[in-house]
Amino acid sequence: MNANLRFWLGAAALGLALVAGLRLLGNDYGYFAGYFVLQYVVLAGAWNILGGYAGYVNFGAAGFMAAGAYSAIVVRQWLGWDLIPGIFAAAVVAGLLGLGTGYLTLRLKGVYFSIATLCLAVVLQTLVVNWDYVGGSRGAYIIHARDIPPFNSYSEMLFIVMLALAIITTGIGRAVEMSRLGRGLQAIRDNERAAEAVGVPTLRLKLVATTLCGALMGVAGAPLPYYSGYLNPEAAFSLAYAVNAIAMPLIGGAGTWAGPVIGAVLLASLQQAATVTISSALNLWIVGWMLVIFVAVAPRGILGWFRKRT
Amino acid sequence: MASSSGLEITGIDAGYGAVRVLEGVSLSVPPGQTVVLLGTNGNGKTTLMRSIMGQVRPSAGSIVATLDGQRVDLLGMKPEHVVEHGIVLVPEGRRLFPRLTVEQNLRLGAYRAVARAKLAENMALCFELFPRLAERRTQLVGSMSGGEQQMVALGRAVMSAPRILLVDEPSVGLAPILVSRTMEMIAEMKARLGLTVLMAEQNFHQAVRIADRGYVIVHGHMVFEGGSAAELQDNELVRKVYLGL
Repeated sequence: MNANLRFWLGAAALGLALVAGLRLLGNDYGYFAGYFVLQYVVLAGAWNILGGYAGYVNFGAAGFMAAGAYSAIVVRQWLGWDLIPGIFAAAVVAGLLGLGTGYLTLRLKGVYFSIATLCLAVVLQTLVVNWDYVGGSRGAYIIHARDIPPFNSYSEMLFIVMLALAIITTGIGRAVEMSRLGRGLQAIRDNERAAEAVGVPTLRLKLVATTLCGALMGVAGAPLPYYSGYLNPEAAFSLAYAVNAIAMPLIGGAGTWAGPVIGAVLLASLQQAATVTISSALNLWIVGWMLVIFVAVAPRGILGWFRKRT
Repeated sequence: MASSSGLEITGIDAGYGAVRVLEGVSLSVPPGQTVVLLGTNGNGKTTLMRSIMGQVRPSAGSIVATLDGQRVDLLGMKPEHVVEHGIVLVPEGRRLFPRLTVEQNLRLGAYRAVARAKLAENMALCFELFPRLAERRTQLVGSMSGGEQQMVALGRAVMSAPRILLVDEPSVGLAPILVSRTMEMIAEMKARLGLTVLMAEQNFHQAVRIADRGYVIVHGHMVFEGGSAAELQDNELVRKVYLGL
């Protein structure tokens, strides 16, 4: 319990320090860049639950993220729900999507499962492009208030929401790692048949993991239309999300709760810096190079590299 | 401690998709005995083990366990519930969790609530039976030798609080001296925990050392049933179809 308390207090202190620092900076760009990084902390942490612990590589992160983003748009147009209820709706929709995907595809193993998740993203994108209610291929606009007290600006509010989501996701990842669920998933990753033989309910645990993973990815996407004010399928289903969701945990150290955080902060900051100084067209190029370097030098990620040394 | 748990398999058919592996297989494991199932590769030993565990679903026949006098129908039961009843498999090729430590592997043996309640007690027993594991508790299992991995596999089964122990080809990939050691370890485990044991093996001479009864399976059919170890060795049919003498 002590370690848990320390984790939550530390995360809260770090969060407060971030907000205070950005306030001192007094520039809206800081919030935008921070949001960009934190959404990847959520996405990478979500991927890690299924990919890092259970060893099932999900290539459909963009699909789940977009499912979350479009859920937020739908509940806004249909019920007039704002950001926070939109996030809950996104969690439910993307979680159910994860459950359904898991049920249909978890008989597939290894690369076949990955291909199935890739297909899911393509199918979803085709559906959204042809769905006029959410703007089809033209996209959807979200017009939000400029300022909402007590926050200094709307972007500060979005940043704080994403910060909270990132902390919660990391906390969930940590709780999974230390629980029986996490031990069961690790057993599945190392040897699914042996896991079955010792009595790990493999199908049920995998379904819990796909649901949790899907829901958190949806949560990462829900504030996206509020962040950019406009969302079209091409942006929501961007390849960048799918690639980063995998690259970040791998580079930070997959199968550990801190790995995705380290990977996301490192890679997303690099990409944000490149976007500002050179061009966002270089983003995937950077990710590609980082992956090549890490596979060659530290195949178990930054955390794995340090763990080997000590 | 004498065991009062046995296993009765009657006329099961099982296979994978269109491939029939077992046809009308019957086998009886009386309480407190060590029964050995002999057969070379591809004759259905592993499929029979997996059928008992619920990992393969037979299309006909019955599998009934007697656990402390109570009859439990295992057919159609999920693997995790079979394990809960104290029927525990040491899979072929050991199938450990290579990226986890010895201790984590052992803890996974006690995944179900029934076994978890006795976790500390069984862990101590495990380290008593296999002192080497206590020395190596923080080592990654993937980096251990074949003989040590066999100890982890057996130890993991101890952690599941077994009453009926199924062992699938414990000799696979081990040096002859270790095969012999493994048989002794299984016999010791049986004596200490009061187990009933069903072991599939192709190493005839090693397996009969600890066996009370034997069966020979060829192409999914039982060709020789029951009898003592001595009877097995002398049987004309066994010598011909199995030993090739």
